[in-house]
Amino acid sequence: MKSCLVVDDSKVVRMVARKILEGLNFQIEEAENGRTAMDFCQRQMPDAILLDWNMPVMSGIEFLRHLRKMSGGQMPIVVFCTTENDIQHIQEAIGAGANEYIMKPFDSEIIESKFSQVGLI
Amino acid sequence: MTVTDFEFICQILRERSGLVLTSDKAYLLESRLLPVARKWKLASFDELVKSVRLRPDESMIRDVVEAMTTNESFFFRDTKPFDQFKQLILPALLKSRAASKTIRIWSAACSSGQEAYSLAMILAETGPQLDGWKIEIIGTDLSTEILSRARDGMYSQFEVQRGLPITLLVKYFQQVGDRWQISQKIRHAVQYREFNLLNDPVALGRFDVVFCRNVLIYFDQPTKTKVLNGIAKQMPTDGYLILGGAETVLGLTERFQLVPGQRGIYCIAGSDTKADVARPSIPAAGSVLGAGKAGMPGMASPAKAPLGSTTTPVGSTTAPKSPLPGFTTARKL
Ligand SMILES: C[S@@+](CC[C@H](N)C(=O)[O-])C[C@H]1O[C@@H](n2cnc3c(N)ncnc32)[C@H](O)[C@@H]1O
Repeated sequence: MKSCLVVDDSKVVRMVARKILEGLNFQIEEAENGRTAMDFCQRQMPDAILLDWNMPVMSGIEFLRHLRKMSGGQMPIVVFCTTENDIQHIQEAIGAGANEYIMKPFDSEIIESKFSQVGLI
Repeated sequence: MTVTDFEFICQILRERSGLVLTSDKAYLLESRLLPVARKWKLASFDELVKSVRLRPDESMIRDVVEAMTTNESFFFRDTKPFDQFKQLILPALLKSRAASKTIRIWSAACSSGQEAYSLAMILAETGPQLDGWKIEIIGTDLSTEILSRARDGMYSQFEVQRGLPITLLVKYFQQVGDRWQISQKIRHAVQYREFNLLNDPVALGRFDVVFCRNVLIYFDQPTKTKVLNGIAKQMPTDGYLILGGAETVLGLTERFQLVPGQRGIYCIAGSDTKADVARPSIPAAGSVLGAGKAGMPGMASPAKAPLGSTTTPVGSTTAPKSPLPGFTTARKL
């Protein structure tokens, strides 16, 4: 079973993402900002990370830049999932090492489609 | 709705588009034809049927037929056929057509253009290898309305997130308000024409590759056979036919045979195309959609009915006016 860390400051979004991803056979962990996600990854790298952009304490893009420099931090497949939906943000995310990008609002079909594109399912 | 009304409309649909509607789908007739009735300033479905019966008007009948087609499509639908196109079919044709440097591709029943544009993007990604080649992609559909959508190449945020890798979105689309338009370069690589698959395709010319996906499923057996034989007539012996995930030639025609080891690709029966294309097998990595590091598992996005999925979009920050424009327009029987 693959693991996925869901990083989002909204409890509702985390809950819905968890439900969808558990349906796709992922084991889910949650973090409410980039900082707690970092702490989690230092202990254990997940297979996948579903990552919000705007969060208090540490944003998704900051987290991603740190992650890719950590030992083992190249490994997780990172899928952004954010309301930022302009080309500049998307390019910045790819430049920082994101593997895919979901523009909110999302639904189970989009998650499934994106996760299979990056070979997670 | 009376049984006679239902049968009357079904007969029109079958004659005009090949669509076979079973009685358990009667509810669909009313819900889809009510907007057509409104457009023609008729009070109800019954009034519409009456009008079609008493004063048959070509453009009204067209509207009825088009309203009953299912136009659901998405970029790189099912993934695998596009990997097969890139990794097997294209290399084989680059060899066999080296003298003429011409390849013609037909997206039959192209709907809003995602299939044709997916192929155009693959070609654009192929690079200098194709310099000097003339590769035509022709998209055809019965519905004029859907063809004009295809020509515009304008898609909702929802549509560009089903099957399209983010790297290709960034590379080949421009954001226009809350929609995304495919670049002129890709749009110009595809020509769209109105064509009813029930007619003889001879005027369209010959095709080395035919994508005919997710349309035969709506037809009855004799119609499927007729369409497949019509396609076979337009193909050289070393051409390729690609059908949808739920479609086959089996029991329908002897003109095609499966390319051994390649699900969903057919060649003209008795030709030796199969030897050429069967040899290389699709490597696990290096998919067209190869944004990820792992290989692409066969069926990326199973064709699902948007109407059937009950999940509501999550995390919308905008007002709930229409969170997913594509959501409500996509239809499936
Ligand atoms: C479900 S879509 C398939 C789109 C695309 N090939 C794909 O697989 O995603 C079916 C399309 O077939 C078209 N169609 C239905 N009957 C047809 C006919 N008799 N001739 C041509 N097109 C037809 C419809 O207008 C619709 O756009």
